[in-house]
Amino acid sequence: MSAGRVASVLVLALVVAGADWLAVADPLRACAPCLAWVVAGPFVLALLALAILRPAAPPPAAAPAPPPPDTPALDLLAALQDEGRLVDFLTEDIGTYSDAQVGAAVRGIQASCRKALEACVKLEPILRGAENEPVTVEAGFDPGAVRLTGNVTGRPPFRGVLRHAGWRVTGVTVPARQGCDARVIAPAEVELP
Amino acid sequence: MSVPRFVVGIDLGTTNSVLAWVDTQGPDLDPEAPAIAVLPIPQLVKAGVVEPRDALPSFLYLPAEGEMDAKALALPWGAPEHVVGTLARARGAEVPGRVVASAKSWLCATGADPSRPILPWNAPADVPRLSPVAAEAAYLAHLRAAWDAAMPAPLAAQEVYLAVPASFDAVARELTVRAAEAAGLGGARLIEEPQAAFYAWIAASGGAWRREVRVGDVILVCDVGGGTTDLSLVSVGEEAGALVLERRAVGDHILLGGDNMDLALAHAVRARLAETGTALDEWQLRGLVHACRQAKERLLGADGPEQETVLVLGRSRKVVGGALRTEVTRAEVERTLVDGFFPLVAADERPRSPRRAGLQEIGLPYAADPAITRHVAGFLARHREVAPEGPSAVLFNGGVTEAARLRARLTEALDAWRGAAGAVRVLAGADPARAVAVGAAAYGLARRGRGVRIRGGTARAYYVGVEAAAPAVPGVPAPVKALCLAPFGMEEGGEVELAGTELGLVVGEPAEFRFFGSSVRRDDLPGTVVEGWGAGEIEELRPLETTLAAEGEEGRTVRVRLSARVTELGTLELWCVARDGGRRWRLEFNVRQAA
Repeated sequence: MSAGRVASVLVLALVVAGADWLAVADPLRACAPCLAWVVAGPFVLALLALAILRPAAPPPAAAPAPPPPDTPALDLLAALQDEGRLVDFLTEDIGTYSDAQVGAAVRGIQASCRKALEACVKLEPILRGAENEPVTVEAGFDPGAVRLTGNVTGRPPFRGVLRHAGWRVTGVTVPARQGCDARVIAPAEVELP
Repeated sequence: MSVPRFVVGIDLGTTNSVLAWVDTQGPDLDPEAPAIAVLPIPQLVKAGVVEPRDALPSFLYLPAEGEMDAKALALPWGAPEHVVGTLARARGAEVPGRVVASAKSWLCATGADPSRPILPWNAPADVPRLSPVAAEAAYLAHLRAAWDAAMPAPLAAQEVYLAVPASFDAVARELTVRAAEAAGLGGARLIEEPQAAFYAWIAASGGAWRREVRVGDVILVCDVGGGTTDLSLVSVGEEAGALVLERRAVGDHILLGGDNMDLALAHAVRARLAETGTALDEWQLRGLVHACRQAKERLLGADGPEQETVLVLGRSRKVVGGALRTEVTRAEVERTLVDGFFPLVAADERPRSPRRAGLQEIGLPYAADPAITRHVAGFLARHREVAPEGPSAVLFNGGVTEAARLRARLTEALDAWRGAAGAVRVLAGADPARAVAVGAAAYGLARRGRGVRIRGGTARAYYVGVEAAAPAVPGVPAPVKALCLAPFGMEEGGEVELAGTELGLVVGEPAEFRFFGSSVRRDDLPGTVVEGWGAGEIEELRPLETTLAAEGEEGRTVRVRLSARVTELGTLELWCVARDGGRRWRLEFNVRQAA
């Protein structure tokens, strides 16, 4: 029972009771129980009516399944599977195939996954220098973005060799799928003869 | 009415549609090099995924009941009536019975009524159908919605130019205008595609085109797209010191293009795989066609590799285990595509006609001879008077001509035909995928006086059939004479009336005329009567019909003259004009009936 309904019913009862009071307070001054009945009656009636006339329960809403909280991640996975068959590839046991067979397939998979990845995610290296060339890490560097290895002593600037330039995502444009179950990465395919 | 701010060109292609536009109020609009942009078109690329693309594939898919969630088909501007574009093409490849493709070619095919719901052709009985005109309208409606969602003023209020094949006759042009009207673009004007490609070349040259052509040049515009090949000849003249361009001839509608080549290469590879015991199913063949297209583009490009790997991944979850791989060599592509589609033929060779089977299936009249060079040779021979020595320059357009090797082979054939007249010059074309849309917009600017215009007028002369007086012979149709109604090269807004010929038509009764067109008889004047003609010289089109409506005069005979007018939109209108009182009745193309 909503608080709003109770409040509006009580306001109505108050108006009726107030009117009763103005109309009959003087004549009924002698009879305190009568006065109490006339004034309190509307409240009693209102609450009773409220209890009896329950509102028709709203039809149980076809609650849409809330989208999984990780929908963008699933959309990215779906894009990589749809364009590049990535999930099929990662879940397949390729141990029994010849290198030539794997090599040929991987060329195709890599090319199409790369296309899908480039469409969804913009990437740039964290350090601009060429790999396996000397590099200087200045003071105040972000230890989350630059990992030092080897003989780490002293204070920055550090001079070393860039072994991996790192990757940073500068933009994400994963196509959102509307009207689909986000957990479906690839639908089952049934061919009708 | 104020002058529209945007000039818009639409390439309503057989396989892809593109919209280009130019803002006439934009800052410093250079008439020599106008900044013409291509509109990104949001479309469904997968169920539930909308992404912008520069082209809208001209495919329409009719989902089965419950096949796709309505939410998965929503577009940014609301739920569409039909699924068109990338998703329609992809789904159509998987479910061929539910996709409408090549609707445009049905507009000029005479086998079936293009205003009736006949597509998808040969679809299962429970698939809803729609007419080729309605399908074309659906693509235009999508372009219009995409424009209206992105631009500051509605497309219907802009100046819109719609490119149609030069080979489209008066009936197909009229049907295109009807499709535009159905899409709410009633004012769209028509331009021939090869002319549009030429305008794009002019616009891209930034004024330099004047140095690349000479007075006396005849330029072959050779447009080989995914599904069709369209040819035109443009001549260069001089008047009062300025160069004058004129479109002199157009070719037939040839249903032959890059898709045929991809299929041919895929079938050759499939046959080779079959020899080693590997059979491909339909799904794998589709993958093979796609892979062959990419291999073809690399192998035929400038400095292409000697061979390319063609890979079809496994269909099941065994993507690696089920993968098929093979090599395609340049020699194989050379044999299958270059020699198969562009053989070096003599100038007097003609496309081979199909062997007539006793019972012919109605459908699109696909070209029987795959040799594009033979089609070009036939076209040039028919218009020898325009270019007696063959064209002196060539402008390529269409996706196929992006391959350097194919351009070189076509040029080689043209050179051989010219012989002593010297090598043909190749005009460096603009981006072939967009040129037609961009050129259609450039044409709009030229019409406003910003840039040179190509003259041309109607690309055909039109005739009505008059039955010759001859004794009736059973089984032999009465010989028919062709009375010229509209001459070749009639300009927009032009009007002619046949003064010498009067017909008596009965009010209230339908009157029908046989209708003919010719793209080669350029000297016939209105009123000329042609008796007997060679094959391909004059072709029968769909008949004309009208019913003279006049209140209270049913049964009376009215003397009328025939008159022809080329409308502002570029369509041909034919009228019966009463000799007394000047009442007019429009003659309609009867598309219900095959010619």
